Amino acid sequence: MSYLRIDHVDKTFSNGARATKVLEAVDLSVEKGQYVSIIGHSGCGKSTLLNIVAGLVAASAGGIVLENHQVDTPGPDRAVVFQNHSLLPWLTVYDNVRLAVDKVFAGKKSRAERHDWTMRNLELVQMIAAKDKRPSEISGGMKQRVGIARALAMEPKVLLLDEPFGALDALTRAHLQDQVMALHRTLGNTVMMITHDVDEAVLLSDRIVMMTNGPRATIGETLDVALPRPRNRLELASDPVYLECRRRVLQFLYERHHYVEAA
Amino acid sequence: MTMQITKNDLVDTTVADDRSIDELYARRRVPLVEKHGARIRAFFAAIVPPMIVLAILLGLWQLLCLAPSSALPSPSRIWSEANDLILHPFFVAGPQDLGLGWRVLTSLQRVAFGFGLASVAGVLLGVIVGQSQWAMRGLDPLFQVLRTVPPLAWLPISLAAFRDSYPSAIFVIFITSIWPIVINTAVGVRNIPQDYRNVAAVLRLNHFEFFWKIMIPSAAPYIFTGLRIGVGLSWLAIVAAEMLTGGVGIGFFIWDAWNSSRLPDIFVALAYIGVTGFVLDRIVAAIGALATRGAQAS
Repeated sequence: MSYLRIDHVDKTFSNGARATKVLEAVDLSVEKGQYVSIIGHSGCGKSTLLNIVAGLVAASAGGIVLENHQVDTPGPDRAVVFQNHSLLPWLTVYDNVRLAVDKVFAGKKSRAERHDWTMRNLELVQMIAAKDKRPSEISGGMKQRVGIARALAMEPKVLLLDEPFGALDALTRAHLQDQVMALHRTLGNTVMMITHDVDEAVLLSDRIVMMTNGPRATIGETLDVALPRPRNRLELASDPVYLECRRRVLQFLYERHHYVEAA
Repeated sequence: MTMQITKNDLVDTTVADDRSIDELYARRRVPLVEKHGARIRAFFAAIVPPMIVLAILLGLWQLLCLAPSSALPSPSRIWSEANDLILHPFFVAGPQDLGLGWRVLTSLQRVAFGFGLASVAGVLLGVIVGQSQWAMRGLDPLFQVLRTVPPLAWLPISLAAFRDSYPSAIFVIFITSIWPIVINTAVGVRNIPQDYRNVAAVLRLNHFEFFWKIMIPSAAPYIFTGLRIGVGLSWLAIVAAEMLTGGVGIGFFIWDAWNSSRLPDIFVALAYIGVTGFVLDRIVAAIGALATRGAQAS
């Protein structure tokens, strides 16, 4: 039995009398410690899929099974790093992470242990120096790092990343991708990431899940990325396996399921 | 050439870190005189124009009411007849012969009580209306009608209900100031970004934690807007209510002065009321600015 299973998930959004089936029969198994990316054109419902796994949106049919238990409400075992960081602006960097730590480890860790754990996670993303700053005082990349620290601090079974690097400039994005790779290597988390960036998907993932265009989007193809870790983006740039993976994802996205502008 | 300059500017803004620029500015040694000079200039820029306007208006008023037959007293007459009220706000010469400072404080005490109750009740009610679609549909029309009822229209009902002037005055303040607090809180709660709700859901915050950790800080700017309008309305209401209920407050003082034809006293009382209302507004605004520091989403 796989660690995380998305079991025949359908999602229909109804707006009055009009119902749109966004996802149809999405079926996916993720092994423990695996880094899985979900890639597809915008509007294909990949964020909806992530929200269903997170429990923030209810599936119309089918369900999510995590470690042999069905999950249908949100919880810290499936921590989400949101695209727009979603830090609480009235709390400092430290307090944003501490809020999660206090809630998840209430009764399990002492006050001092919770402080240490908050600091450990801030250290993982190198945010100790800015721990007393408010979100409005730090850069976009730093905010996203705090968002990652907050999610990691919950010790989730699955880390859900919703286009975590989408709002960042290219240089910051590359830097943060390297950091996430390093974290994944140290901590061995199971990760599910939504992206629309082909290079990002190939670089970070063990497996790439390609989604067809919506409505009635489903998994079109999956691709295992058999590249050894640690991965180095400079060396990979000319690696034949990397280039082949990249070519196959591009082919899927632009030849077989090219983006159709909604009428 | 122009192209190149624009390009350089762009490169500069992307590379340079905002904070380091701020730090550089902070570290730049500013000569003391220059630093204080700027402050003194700012102070005079804020103080001098209203002083000039005030002087012109007083002069105009003096000219218009110069004739001995004029219905209203001139500023010089107010000064000569009521300067004790201006110079000694806290004298006590008998149970009904008090300085205006005492009277303002008595009225403020009522406002504090009524407005305090309205703040707590208003925020709680606003949270319910903001959170529940059903409560919103049911209560909002009622609020919209009730909030237009003038403060004094409530007085007979509250006198009948409480049979005493003190709680009646407090009730009038309460019922006048609660509506903007309710309505603004409800808007603030309805505008909590979905992102924060998602964070709360992932963390499994319970209702109590959600209220204190997400709802109140997120809606705080709206709540304080409501409180600021509310405190202004309370002050309007208390002066009117005291005219009818009697007692020691500043409102009754005006009514009493009118009945004994002491017009200059009324002008002095008006100035006290205006200044107090202004100070109240600024206090609530300052608390709001302090409490909502950093609450704006970035």
